[in-house]
Amino acid sequence: MPDGVGLVETQRVVVFGGDHPLTLDSGAVIKEVEVAYETYGELNSERSNAVFICHALSGDAHAAGINPGDDPNRPGWWDNLIGPGRPLDTNRFHVICANVLGGCKGTTGPSSNDPDKGKPYGLRFPQIQVRDLVNVHRALLTKLGISRLLAAVGGSLGGMQALQWSIDHPGEIDGALIVAASARLSAQNIAFSAVAREAIMRDPDFNDGDYYGTGSRPDRGLALARMIGHITYLSEESMREKFGRRIQDAEVPRYGFDVDFQVESYLYYQGQSFVERFDANSYLYLGRVMDYFDPFADPIRVREQLARGNTGFLVLSFDSDWRFSTSHARDMAAELRTAGAPVTFREISSPHGHDSFLFPTPDYHQTVTGYIDRLAASAGGIAPRR
Amino acid sequence: MRADLDIVAGLVGRDQRVLDLGCGDGALLQTLIENQGCRGLGVENDVDKFHACIDRGVPVTHGDLEEELTRTETDSFDWSVLSLTLQAVKHPDRVLEEMQRVAARQIVSLPNFGYWKLRKDLVVHGRMPVTPLLPYEWFDTPNIHLCTLADFEALTTQSGMRIDSRILVDADGHRVTGLATRAANLLAPGAVYSLSG
Repeated sequence: MPDGVGLVETQRVVVFGGDHPLTLDSGAVIKEVEVAYETYGELNSERSNAVFICHALSGDAHAAGINPGDDPNRPGWWDNLIGPGRPLDTNRFHVICANVLGGCKGTTGPSSNDPDKGKPYGLRFPQIQVRDLVNVHRALLTKLGISRLLAAVGGSLGGMQALQWSIDHPGEIDGALIVAASARLSAQNIAFSAVAREAIMRDPDFNDGDYYGTGSRPDRGLALARMIGHITYLSEESMREKFGRRIQDAEVPRYGFDVDFQVESYLYYQGQSFVERFDANSYLYLGRVMDYFDPFADPIRVREQLARGNTGFLVLSFDSDWRFSTSHARDMAAELRTAGAPVTFREISSPHGHDSFLFPTPDYHQTVTGYIDRLAASAGGIAPRR
Repeated sequence: MRADLDIVAGLVGRDQRVLDLGCGDGALLQTLIENQGCRGLGVENDVDKFHACIDRGVPVTHGDLEEELTRTETDSFDWSVLSLTLQAVKHPDRVLEEMQRVAARQIVSLPNFGYWKLRKDLVVHGRMPVTPLLPYEWFDTPNIHLCTLADFEALTTQSGMRIDSRILVDADGHRVTGLATRAANLLAPGAVYSLSG
């Protein structure tokens, strides 16, 4: 693989504030919204080569390259997709990734200061929806002088944003690349989400969300939520291959209630490391964003909206993903087609479960590359891939 | 584009919704979309051809056409098209039924196993024929349900389909004229049928 985008710094910009607050779809208002974002590659003079990356539940703006002071072996979360010569080729595309509204990695969320109270919002942060996340992305693009996207690309919750964006704002996006996502969570998805939420809210240190500055956080609940989530992100096959029934640091079982199997140790580690980098309230809010997501609730409106633009869709799923299985992707593709949109669909074979969208599987990257290159050829002003 | 696909494009006309089953590199759908204002969807199982469709800007589903057909909504297209592919499907009768379910009109093109040169290979030389339309050796072929034009026409009757037109084609897919209709099963290398169900 050629070298990546190199050293990058996360930028911050206030996109709503003063006389121009953010009004949510619910009607609630957030007075000030700051966005953390990164960009890779140059915007061309025609402004036709902008590609927006929408991140998933626990993602952030740092999609590619190395942040100052970081381990050079630990680049951004989608580094294998973004960079010179990679599918989202930064020699040709201007790639933007921003932390979502409600997140905790630099963009305004429940851990941000509530200007009315002089302390973090906590659960006073209003309920948000995918279309609110999209509107904050759009406000960032306005600040950056970009009015049209060659593509919006996202996995999981990121794919949901790309989908909602395409529906709500026809004509802004040439192509939506929606990976390992769903247009409607299943009862099973919502059930897992409910258990994760309960784990956080029943933690004695949760304190109704007002745990900031108290010296204690609902780390146990958040870690447990992450452990539950992580089980749904992997496949049975990948767990079997990775851990089997092997015992951690020993040859024989210890027969007790402590962590003994390797898979337990792994999950425990995932939970513990997650609490160091994520906010429990953000987890609650963004989990709920996914639960309530239902962009095809009014199919007639969707049809009218899509007819006003000509966005093309690439919908990809992975055969081992049981969180958002291929049936979710097929349903989404069918609903888009019923609404008259051109949709290309492929199920990719990969053993990594829901996390497959983060892995550089050759079949997956080949299809993304082919699709984005076709968009680029149609857009004009973008050199062919070398 | 293959000459027989030009014939298909002519049959489909303008502003139609078209499902192309086994769409190959998407050449037909590209023409229909770009020149005839159609809305198209291809189904293709070969991953290189699937990517060729993407290169052409043709919406396509990667997968087995028989499985995809069962997932396709009833009456969601004006035309379902099966070009030189019927002989390669597992259940030709079910495919014809599904093609009727998803679209009011159907186009099927097929090589004619009753063509005299093929009969000659079999009868005179005692060998399975290999021709431009059927270029595979018997031991390595996707074609598992070869039939004659007469066989196919009998199946359409059994499936409750009406033949609206039949265009006879040569090995390159060009329209051939001047053949006696009744002798087509012997003299025509292939045919393109326009059907309604």
